[in-house]
Amino acid sequence: MSSTSGLEAQGMKQTPGRPAMAGLQARSEAALNATARVAVRNLEFFYGDNRALKGITLDLPERQVTGMIGPSGCGKSTLLRVLNRMYSLYPGQRATGEVILDGRNILDADVDINALRARVGMVFQKPTPFPMTIAENIAFGIRLHERLTKAQMEERIEWALTRAALWGEVKDRLNTSAMGLSGGQQQRLCIARTIAVRPEVILFDEPTSALDPLSTLKIEELIDELKRDFTIAIVTHNMQQAARCADQVAFFYLGELIEVAPAAQLFTAPQHARTQEYITGRFG
Amino acid sequence: MSTTTLPALTPVKDAGVAASLGRRRKRLDALLRWFCIGATALALLFLASILLTLVLRGLEGLSWATFTREFQPTTYGDPEAPTGGLLHAIIGSLIQTAIATAVGTPIGLLVGTYLAEYARGSLLGNAVRFVSDVLLSAPSILIGLFIYQLVVLPMGGFSGIAGALALAIIVIPVVVRTTEDMLQLLPNTLREAVVGLGAPKWKMITLVAYRAALPGIVTGILLAVARIAGETAPLLLTSFGNSVLSTDLARSMASLPIAIYQQANSGFPDLIAIAWAGALIVTAGVLILNIVARFAVRSRS
Amino acid sequence: MSHATTLAAPARRRAGDGGDRLFAGLCLGAGILVLLLLGAIILTLFLGGLPAFRAFGAEFLWSTAWSPVEGREKYGALVPIFGTVVSAVLAILVAVPLAFGVAFFLTELAPPWLRRPVGTAIELLAAIPSIIYGMWGLFVLVPLVQQYIQLTLGDALGAIPLVGFLFASNSFAGTSLFSAALVLAIMILPFIAATMRDVFGQVPAVYKESAYGLGCTRWEVMRGVVLPYTRVSVVGGIMLGLGRALGETMAVTFVIGNANRLPTSLFDPSTTIASIVAMEFPESLMGSLKQSSLLALGFLLFVISFIVLAISRLLLRSRLKG
Repeated sequence: MSSTSGLEAQGMKQTPGRPAMAGLQARSEAALNATARVAVRNLEFFYGDNRALKGITLDLPERQVTGMIGPSGCGKSTLLRVLNRMYSLYPGQRATGEVILDGRNILDADVDINALRARVGMVFQKPTPFPMTIAENIAFGIRLHERLTKAQMEERIEWALTRAALWGEVKDRLNTSAMGLSGGQQQRLCIARTIAVRPEVILFDEPTSALDPLSTLKIEELIDELKRDFTIAIVTHNMQQAARCADQVAFFYLGELIEVAPAAQLFTAPQHARTQEYITGRFG
Repeated sequence: MSTTTLPALTPVKDAGVAASLGRRRKRLDALLRWFCIGATALALLFLASILLTLVLRGLEGLSWATFTREFQPTTYGDPEAPTGGLLHAIIGSLIQTAIATAVGTPIGLLVGTYLAEYARGSLLGNAVRFVSDVLLSAPSILIGLFIYQLVVLPMGGFSGIAGALALAIIVIPVVVRTTEDMLQLLPNTLREAVVGLGAPKWKMITLVAYRAALPGIVTGILLAVARIAGETAPLLLTSFGNSVLSTDLARSMASLPIAIYQQANSGFPDLIAIAWAGALIVTAGVLILNIVARFAVRSRS
Repeated sequence: MSHATTLAAPARRRAGDGGDRLFAGLCLGAGILVLLLLGAIILTLFLGGLPAFRAFGAEFLWSTAWSPVEGREKYGALVPIFGTVVSAVLAILVAVPLAFGVAFFLTELAPPWLRRPVGTAIELLAAIPSIIYGMWGLFVLVPLVQQYIQLTLGDALGAIPLVGFLFASNSFAGTSLFSAALVLAIMILPFIAATMRDVFGQVPAVYKESAYGLGCTRWEVMRGVVLPYTRVSVVGGIMLGLGRALGETMAVTFVIGNANRLPTSLFDPSTTIASIVAMEFPESLMGSLKQSSLLALGFLLFVISFIVLAISRLLLRSRLKG
């Protein structure tokens, strides 16, 4: 863990914005060897009559970070919202195809959506602390799915906050309102709240777009650390972020998956002209 | 941060507990959903019952005479006696509503303008807004008492003008609310564009802002009219009601709500039938005004 | 452009300034008029009630007397105050859960095509004049209460010790505190529901999605996230409904039975401040002690509902800022 993390930190120090090649290489090799935790097959997605995703087939490798990039409106966030069935909240949105998690197609009508979301957690663009204390924020999700004693709950809260690299900063004020935390702290609280439920997959939807650079760095380090235990997908509009965090990168354009490859390969030798144009900043 | 020793992932959660909790949570969710559906259905049922009762019993009592005749005593026991109507009450209501709207609207418009264009954020402005909002929901019978003390007592008797004034006080806060809301929706660039042409502020407001906010302001006026058309309590203490047609503002004047109130409580079936006819007329008018007002705003947004 | 305006300005500015000052003055004057109006209402009611306050002193507040017999006139406010508060609070107890159900249904549960028509229908419920509620209450609801609810509840609950007396009444007219509370509840339901719907709708979708993302059901999102977020405004909406219920006149007058004695049962007739004023004021003699007592009651009602409505406004204001 600390070796990857170290490389990450080095990469950041070298030149912010340029991928740390050594770490990128190592992670990319790992990506090639991992097994799929989530398998997306021929996924089509519709907002009403508007087809937003076209025949997507993609694997999320176990305990790896999959970065999803592409210009706005390309469908990367839509894909994320399929993976935990968030779209089901909204009438008129539907998906066809298969998304296999543990041998089960989660798009099936009889899937228990609440249980699914306990297994596939999500962190959003903006920090979304609930209007309650820090401890209650963490306990909120746990109580939905588990019955814990007070001691177990305290232990779990500490575990979640520690894993989210927030424990040291908040351990003395667990019973104060979460609204009083800084933006970066709030986002780490949301991560803690998500992992407290102990999902298998965590979806990050542009988790740092509302944060300052320092808070962004912390979240990125955290994502790198979390992949020891969780399978992660992160949507980002920031290619440097994808290069810093992801083991595998998927490039989307106009609802299609143009290219998916280990990070090093996608950023150094993209197979498609579109990808090349995008990562060199010619559009998007 | 990354050098802390991190505890490992705790053992996999108990699927059985999660499943049994899940079932309970879903049951609760379904229960609540049915409660909400039930509550909404109940509210709609009340509305349907009120409207249906009004239509069925109102149409029964409604006849040409309703619009052409004044009040007549009950025909109970005397089938030859002429049935009464509500002409006096309809005319009285129209007169009082018209005066009240004519008096209350300009004042409400000016107050709304003051709040939106002059007093944004000022202490006095906040106080005026607060008081206007309180008046909006204040018990209307107290406005009747106020006008009684202020107008009826010095004049020595109930009068149509007193009723109109009481209603005017009810109009003001309704118009204030919609005027302010609508003016605040206008973009500041519009104001700046007009003032930038060298127009003084008052011309900017009266010639451009009012015109741009017109549908909203009209909505406010329609809602105010709808509100006072059914007001009964303040009129009991001001214009009191009259069983004959009177257009003299200095004397007691009939109105539909009062006529309904008196005939509904008379105990005679034929008078109660006329009260239902009146209730149908009032409600139809009020609901139509509301629906028209709604469309005036909707077509804009 | 700027040159042109500077050059042309002097002549025009004077005219504009005069108009501006006049118009600003008119607006300010109208604003102050509204303040004065409220002050005048309070003062008028207080002065009108002063003879009664003088005659009966503080006892006016807790006396149940209501005797217009000349020479031995005595009036007290307790019965109407009690009826006003109890009927309004009962109405709130009935209306709030229903209004919550309607608001929850309209914001989260209903399919989109159903939201607007149902929402409009609920708003129309708020537009129906109170006298119509009174008639409907008297001719439709009261018979139902009389024939079904009162007897059923009386039989089922009347024998329970300690609380049974609430349901056992010797009055079988159907016009009662219970009927009044029921009609009031239906009347204020749309106001509370509309406020709740508006504030629920203002909770950003991403917060709700965060909760759904943890595996919450719709009800858990409502209870865990939406209600805590909107708590202040929801209470504001309830206070608004309470304020309306306290001052409602005609609907109550039709169905409460207008009896000036302290009710012991939900099914006893009673009276409220607003309805006793509506019933007795028009036929009281100008300047009489009775009239003064009714004005004093009006003053009390004004104080009570002003406090409630002021709290409601303060609570709802924070919503507009946030």
